[in-house]
Amino acid sequence: MKEIRIHARAGQGAITTASLLGYAYFAEGKYPYAFPHFGAARMGAPMNAFVRVDTKPVRLRSQIYNPNYVIIVDATLMRGYNCFSGLLDNGIAVVSGKEDLEVPRLKPGQKVFVVPANDIALKTIGRPLGNTALIGAFAAATGELKLNTLIEVVKFKFSGKIQEGNIEAIKQGFEYIQQRTENRV
Amino acid sequence: MKEFLEGSRAVAEIIKLCKPGVISAYPITPQTHIVEELAQMVANGELSSQFINVESEHSAASVVLGASATGVRTFTATSSQGLFYMGEVIFNIAGVRLPLVMTCANRAISAPINIWNDQQDSISLRDAGWIQLYAENVQESADFHLIGYRVSEDKSIMLPVMICMDGFILTHGIESVDMPKQAQVDKFLPAYKALYKLDPSEPLTMGILADPDYYMEARYAIHATFKDVLELLPKVSQEFSDIFGRDYKDLLVEEYFTKDAEKVIVAMGSVCGTIKEVVDELRAKGKKVGLLRIISYRPFPYARIYEALKNVSKVAILDKSVSLGAYAPLASEIKSVFSNKKKLPKVISSFVAGLGGRDITLESIREIFRKLNAKELVQEFIDLKPELLKEQYE
Amino acid sequence: MFGPLIVKPEKSKGDKTGSWRIKVRPKYLQKNCIACKMCLLVCPENCIIGKEKNAFSTDYNFCKGCGLCAVVCPKADIEMVEEESLEDKKGMAK
Repeated sequence: MKEIRIHARAGQGAITTASLLGYAYFAEGKYPYAFPHFGAARMGAPMNAFVRVDTKPVRLRSQIYNPNYVIIVDATLMRGYNCFSGLLDNGIAVVSGKEDLEVPRLKPGQKVFVVPANDIALKTIGRPLGNTALIGAFAAATGELKLNTLIEVVKFKFSGKIQEGNIEAIKQGFEYIQQRTENRV
Repeated sequence: MKEFLEGSRAVAEIIKLCKPGVISAYPITPQTHIVEELAQMVANGELSSQFINVESEHSAASVVLGASATGVRTFTATSSQGLFYMGEVIFNIAGVRLPLVMTCANRAISAPINIWNDQQDSISLRDAGWIQLYAENVQESADFHLIGYRVSEDKSIMLPVMICMDGFILTHGIESVDMPKQAQVDKFLPAYKALYKLDPSEPLTMGILADPDYYMEARYAIHATFKDVLELLPKVSQEFSDIFGRDYKDLLVEEYFTKDAEKVIVAMGSVCGTIKEVVDELRAKGKKVGLLRIISYRPFPYARIYEALKNVSKVAILDKSVSLGAYAPLASEIKSVFSNKKKLPKVISSFVAGLGGRDITLESIREIFRKLNAKELVQEFIDLKPELLKEQYE
Repeated sequence: MFGPLIVKPEKSKGDKTGSWRIKVRPKYLQKNCIACKMCLLVCPENCIIGKEKNAFSTDYNFCKGCGLCAVVCPKADIEMVEEESLEDKKGMAK
């Protein structure tokens, strides 16, 4: 079983992110359970969305406290909240933010990847909605999902210009991380 | 076909396949997505139902009551305060013996105001004369609506059915669901033919005044019919399994490792998934634990529960609701199963958890199993924060 | 025994909703202000202070960046500007 916790603000599309990730796992034959948790039901209020995935149907219904992966849609959330709370010792975090974003020091086995998802989205989609770029980056950073699956999911969920833009965003997010991991090695 | 659907979407898709003539609802969190999806389907022309917009839940329930009385299949959905606002109509629908299906997206009750999940809303209306089925996952939430119509419209029953699905956890949870085909649904659920209906060409009156000479029999008949529901549910479950391939056994309870268990938790709804995880974990360590999941809360399957628990030495009941000033609802009913019985558990402890959306974690369930020992506990609140109980007003 | 029941005035001062701001914040230009107080009245967080002309400002600890003040200002004397940098936001309470 793998657990993903997404940190975002209400209105930033965290549920869409969770459902796209879930759909990608579903397309790869796994059993995902994607679900939100709302705080104050207002735009801008911090909220979480979760994806729990397994090779058999997921039964566990609690929130996620010890995620394998953390996705941070809004880097400003790192002020005030410990977005990395409970992240497993070999966990991976993917953060949407500028290249020079300061991220907290994590445990030796943990990895953090920063991807300028909103910049990518501005270029590809025309609006600063970095969710698909983040998903691409997530796939590259974790090796959990195939790039092709993600593209298929976007093809299924969106159409026309939006589809094209989002496919490009996923690719660029994926490649951004791929290049950096190669450089590291 | 397997699809990856939000619980609300799955329910809306199933309702579409059931082809109700009239849908009426008023939006309330966390039920909203269900009726939004249905309204969209009607607007798109995918669904030829009449969707009647109303200004309140009281009217929504009244609309489906009236529509059902004219002999069409109807649907509504609500939650929490909305269900309470429907209150008197809810009793009327059952009293007039009108079959319909309603989703209750389970949510806590004010005050304090709270939009998150527990089961206080539907539990509080347990005496209304509605059949209540509690779903554990999205698949069941969808399937139970189909089963609901089939049972509700059975000529020997003619009672409304409330499908209870945990708010957010299931309504907003996205899962893999096996969606049936229209032909399968049509086979399982034939078009609704009313036994009696409001029809100007054959006038009759429903919902008449029943004075003391008549009232008790009208109520007794409903009560007696619930016994027939207990008989019917396993049969419908079999039909369902034959057509759709999913087996809900007798549809009254689900037994999970209860046969040789020494400790069993009794619960309803989505939390049972979490309990199953802990049961597996403890079983792997050689502990004889199990889960008894109540699916049909009304009618309450006393005999079936007795059979399942009579040889279990310690039973814990997990309620996601309270009866303030008394034993928690499910706990008191489970206890009553064993009155005047020869075999009974040594310990029946009662636990309340998850009120107002307080997360029920694996650890919460482990704690219940730990606290389920020789000492019988009455209404132990799990994950309570004592530091919030120190307010003084003097 | 009583649980959480009563909230006294000013309790919400502990809820620093300024952290909800994404991208933009209001900037008071303080040039053409006529002290009409429209911004102050429309602010859902009630976090705008000021009495005299060209002397109004927002408490960024609470401003959610909704932009109502900028829209309502009859003199267009309030601009919504990009948050300068994360650095700039850092000084803000958590």
